[in-house]
Parts: sequence; C-alpha cells; structure tokens
Amino acid sequence: MKKDRLISILFILPSIILIAIFVYFFIGWTSWVSLVNWKDIFPDFTFVGLRNYIRLFQNYRFTISLQNTVVFTALFLIASITIGLLLAILLDRKVRFESVFRTIYLFPMAVSFVVTGVVWRWILNPGPGGESVGINLLFEKIGLSFLKSGWYTDPNIGIKAVVIAAVWQMSGYVMAMYLAGIRGIPTELYEAAQLDGANTMQVYRYIVIPLLRPITLGAVIILGHISLKIFDLVFAMTGSGIGFSCDVPALFMYDTTFRGNYFSQGAAVAIMLLLFVAVLIVPYLIHSIRTEVRR
Amino acid sequence: MWRNLVLFLAMALTVVSFAAKIEIFSWWTAGGEAEGLQELFNIFSKSNPGVEIINATVAGGAGAQAKAVLKTRMLGGDPPDTFQVHAGHELIDTWVKTGFMEPITFLYKQEGWDKTMPKGILDIVSYNGELWSVPVNIHRANVLWYNKAIFDKYGLKPPTTFDEFFKVADTLKSYGIIPFALGTKDGWEAAHAFETVLIGKLGAEGYKGLWNGKTKWSDPRVTDALETFAKMLTYVNPDHAARTWDEACALIVEGKAAMNIMGDWAVGYFYAKNFKDFGWTLAPGNAGIFDALSDSFGLPKGAKNRETVIAFLKVLGSKEGQVAFNIKKGSIPARTDVDKSLFPEYQRSAMDDWLKHEIVPSVMHGAAASEGWVTEFKDVISLFVARPDVKVTQKALVNIAIGQGVAQ
Repeated sequence: MKKDRLISILFILPSIILIAIFVYFFIGWTSWVSLVNWKDIFPDFTFVGLRNYIRLFQNYRFTISLQNTVVFTALFLIASITIGLLLAILLDRKVRFESVFRTIYLFPMAVSFVVTGVVWRWILNPGPGGESVGINLLFEKIGLSFLKSGWYTDPNIGIKAVVIAAVWQMSGYVMAMYLAGIRGIPTELYEAAQLDGANTMQVYRYIVIPLLRPITLGAVIILGHISLKIFDLVFAMTGSGIGFSCDVPALFMYDTTFRGNYFSQGAAVAIMLLLFVAVLIVPYLIHSIRTEVRR
Repeated sequence: MWRNLVLFLAMALTVVSFAAKIEIFSWWTAGGEAEGLQELFNIFSKSNPGVEIINATVAGGAGAQAKAVLKTRMLGGDPPDTFQVHAGHELIDTWVKTGFMEPITFLYKQEGWDKTMPKGILDIVSYNGELWSVPVNIHRANVLWYNKAIFDKYGLKPPTTFDEFFKVADTLKSYGIIPFALGTKDGWEAAHAFETVLIGKLGAEGYKGLWNGKTKWSDPRVTDALETFAKMLTYVNPDHAARTWDEACALIVEGKAAMNIMGDWAVGYFYAKNFKDFGWTLAPGNAGIFDALSDSFGLPKGAKNRETVIAFLKVLGSKEGQVAFNIKKGSIPARTDVDKSLFPEYQRSAMDDWLKHEIVPSVMHGAAASEGWVTEFKDVISLFVARPDVKVTQKALVNIAIGQGVAQ
C-alpha cells in the first residue's frame, strides 16, 4: 500500500511541478506586472497599486470590449446550446445514416478558429459598392434580398456576426455531448412514460431535458470560458471592427501590450479576463468537489 | 570504440558550426515586398554561398502582427539575427534607448554610407552620436493612387486640393463608381489616410509640430482636418472593415474604385498584379511635402550569427542591393548615388521629389512618435470612422498628447 502511494505521487509529480510553474507562477507574475508601472519595452517595476485597473475602466476601448463580451457570451451560449440540443434530438429519432450526419455536424469543430474566421470573413463580406458577394449574393439569388446586411461591417451588428461563425463551429460539439447524454438515459424511463400516456413533447419536456442538466452545465462551462477568452476567431475574421464594434478584451490586451508597449495595462486586462473566467468556473469546481466528497 | 565516438562527435560539431545560418525577420509577405526581399536574398547568397537563410516573416500590413512576435522574442532573449524596423522613433525609442541594439557606426564608416545617404535619413537612425540601423528604402506615405482608365473615361483630372477631391468624388459617385477605396481591417489604414489629411491642412511645419508640442492638437486646423476626413469617409466602399490595405488596392485594379490614399508599397502591389493603368498624384493639399518612412535593419545584441548579419547588412546598404530591392518593392533607395534610369516611372518621380520636397516623418509608420502614441492615435481614429464626432475625437487627441508628456 505504502509503495503504491509513493509510485502514484511520483507519477503526478512532474505535472504538478509543470503546472505550478507554467500556470500558477505565471498568474502570480502577471498579477505583479499589472500592479507596476511597466509601460515601455524595458521593464519598470515601480509599484503603482491599482492605477492600471482604474485607467482600464476609464478607457473607452476596454468598456466597449467588455460590452461586446457580454453580448457575445450570451448569444453564443444560447444559440449553440439550443441548436446543439435540437440537432441531438433530431438525430436521436432513429434517422438513417446517423453516423454520416453526426460526422457532418461535428466536423466544423475539427477546424481551427483561425480558419473559421478567414472563411466567414468572406462568407459574411457585404461586397464593395452595390454588388453582393458571399451569403448576401445567396440571399439575392433566392429572392430573400431583404435579409442582406452589412454583417460585421455594420457597427450596429458587429460582434453578433462573429457569433454566427462561432455557433457554426461549436454547436456540433454541443450536439455530440447531448447525443451521448440522451443515449445514456435508460429506456425504462421512456417506456414508463409511454405507459403513463405521455406524448413525445412531454417526454422531452419532463424527462429528457431535466436529465440532461449536468450536460447543459458542462456545455455552459466549456463554451463560456471559450467565449470569454475568445481571440483567434475575432482576430482572423474582423479585427477590432469599425469603431471597435467587434473588439474583445483579449484583442485589446494584445494590441495594448504588443503594439503600444503598455505591458502593465495588458497584464491588468489579462487578470480581468482570469477573474471573469473564474466567476464562471469556480462555482462549478466547488459544486463538483462537493459531490465528489459526498460520494 | 570510445575513440570513434569522440571523433564522430567532434566531426558532427564542426559540421554544425560550418553550416552557417541567418534568420531574417520581417513582415514582407504581400506581392512586391516579398519579391524585393527575395532579390536581397539572391544577392546575399551569391557572395555568401552555403549560408542558410531563414526567412522569418509574419504577415500583416505595417507590421501589425510581426511587431508582437518580435517583442516576445527580444524580451525573452531570443532575438532574430536581424529584423525589420521602421527608422525613427520606432527604432530609437523601442529598441535603441532600451539597450537592445549594437551600434553599427563602424559599418557606415567602412562602407562610406555616411557620405552616400542624405542627412535627413542619417538623423533618424542616429542616437547619442552613433548610427543604429541600415535603411534599405524610403517610402512615401502621402500618395493618391487612381485608376487611369476610369479617370480618362469620364474626363476627370486627379485632384490636388480637397475641393477638387470632393468634386471628382461626387462625379464618380454619380457614375456608380466607388470614389475612394479604403481597407480598415487591420486598424491602421484609416489613421494612415488621416495623417495625410493632417499634413494637407496643417502644412509640413504644423504637422511636425503636433509631435513635439509646437502645434497644439486643439488647433482649429485639426478640427478642420477631422471635419474634412469625416466627409471623405462618406465616399468609401461600404465593406472597408472587411478589407486590408492590399484588398482595398484590389478595388482599384478591378476598376471598381477610382482612388485611394496609400503609401507607395501600393505600387509594388500593382506591379505584382501586373496592373499598369494606375496614375498617381499627392494626397490633397500635400504639394511639395514628402511624408517619409524607412524600413531598416540593425544588429541586435546577442545575435547568434553576428558576422553573417554584418555581411547581410552590407548587402542591404550596397548599391546593388538597394536597386534590386526597391525596383520590386515600389520604394526608392536611401542612397542618393544610384542610377535613376534603372527604375520605373513612379520611382523616378519619387526620387526627384525626395531631393527637392520638404520631408516630414510618417506617424503611422513609426517615424514621428513612439509606438505607444501611435497605438492610441490609431485607436482614436479607428473609433472616429464609426462615430465621426469631431469634438470628442479632438479632445481625445489632446489628451493622448498630454499623456505622452507633450504640453498642450
């Protein structure tokens, strides 16, 4: 027994050391940088307290990017989860060639966000002058011209157009999670419900969806932290957009740190991002640790 | 057996040390610029056979992305052997004052460059009496490019003043042609165009004063420049946020748009697209002013292949290198002693202007102000494109200058 324990500790020790350095040490380092006066290429470690954070909230660009993050996260979560659930339910209705459809829906996830960004930049391009390209051209050809839009080049839509690309990429993944969950529901429950005279709608409403709650929670956590930290998709697809209508904190962090050389301010943005994600993840961690202890 | 192994290792080591390498870092990936870089490599390889060239390029106009990669590498103690940097504040403030570079004054003396390059350019690569980088070209930022076929078709003359610009633009609009092509996807292009409007409204002295406090940002001429720029923005292609600078030039090539304001790297793009029907004039109100920037390469401290870098820098400063590179890139040599007749028409005119026009430093391309100032300036103008509020924007510009320690 004792030897087993020693071996198991030896096995996890390397990863503990690596994580201690490359995650926790660097979080600490970034927090420290965010509290000093490093605003040139050369480090300056004069302590300035929370000044960088105060400046951050006075910065119009940061404020806009925060608002965009809220909009993006809300729309992205709602749309991906709804579409993913619908696809899973449809696929579960014993369609033929299910595995083919499953692959088709899941495939976008195999593509990187950068590729998605470049492709959707052209699909949603409104076209120069009066002529249409991409999806606008499609709408025009099938007689739905009223759906034509400036997409991400319209400051009022901006970040919402980026959501479309993100949902395209991630809803298949949500579908896969839900499908696994649905398959895990014992058939006895369906049979019992049928005996009680429940129709299909009621089966989903009262049995399937409530039982899928842990999966929904998992999806919210995974998609949520992706959306709070999103960078590559926006960077490749739109940049900051007109008047920062597509700007997100990660993009602002990159710009202010590496173009403007305001390293301390960039670190402050990074810490803010960490806090946002923590707000989402920590309750989940506490919840799962508690359930584990109970077991 | 051990002896053999030791022998083998020793041989392996010598092979490694003989296989010389040089890593050259730049953001030259688009049409003419990548071809120009290749010309330099060819010349270098001729005199340095067997040296492996690692072409470390990072795409993105004006170095938007490359600079970030470079900074992490430099701060992490892993500098490329030599890297592209805009001469002026970007070179001096970011890399020289902070002690990342080695002076190369000896190379200037040895090669006689201090006599073949004009004082204007030597000044901006100097600091504390030493010279810090080799300017490989001079670019002009304040050029208005136009599609000749369109202008001929409608009997239009290229505009030289803002009034003429708007008149021409109205005519073009009435024929259904985009008057003014713009791409703002990378964030710097609108600020680039605005820079030329500032020059047009304030003149050379007034514009230069903005960066050292002699002109106040609250000046009514800045207000005028913002109002004019807001009006110009009403003539641009609606999809400008989806396009980069070269994709905006593509509108001119395709004949969908008639004019744009871009630096003369556009001419390299036109050549690369085999498009000959372009004309040029100066941005409105910019007559007699040369808005200049220069790409240069220096010697970072701790470069792994110092001798090879020096050999490459010699190529960059040589007549042969400057001619071959600049013909492709669309820029003009920093040296004044090259044979003008080798160059295409546009570059010949720019070479004439370089000697007789008043030279002002470009802000968007790192010559006029520190990178921090440039970033904030770019952000404010970027917001202005969406919300053309002159009063708010001007106040923001004043505040940036104050934040940069320039009295207002």
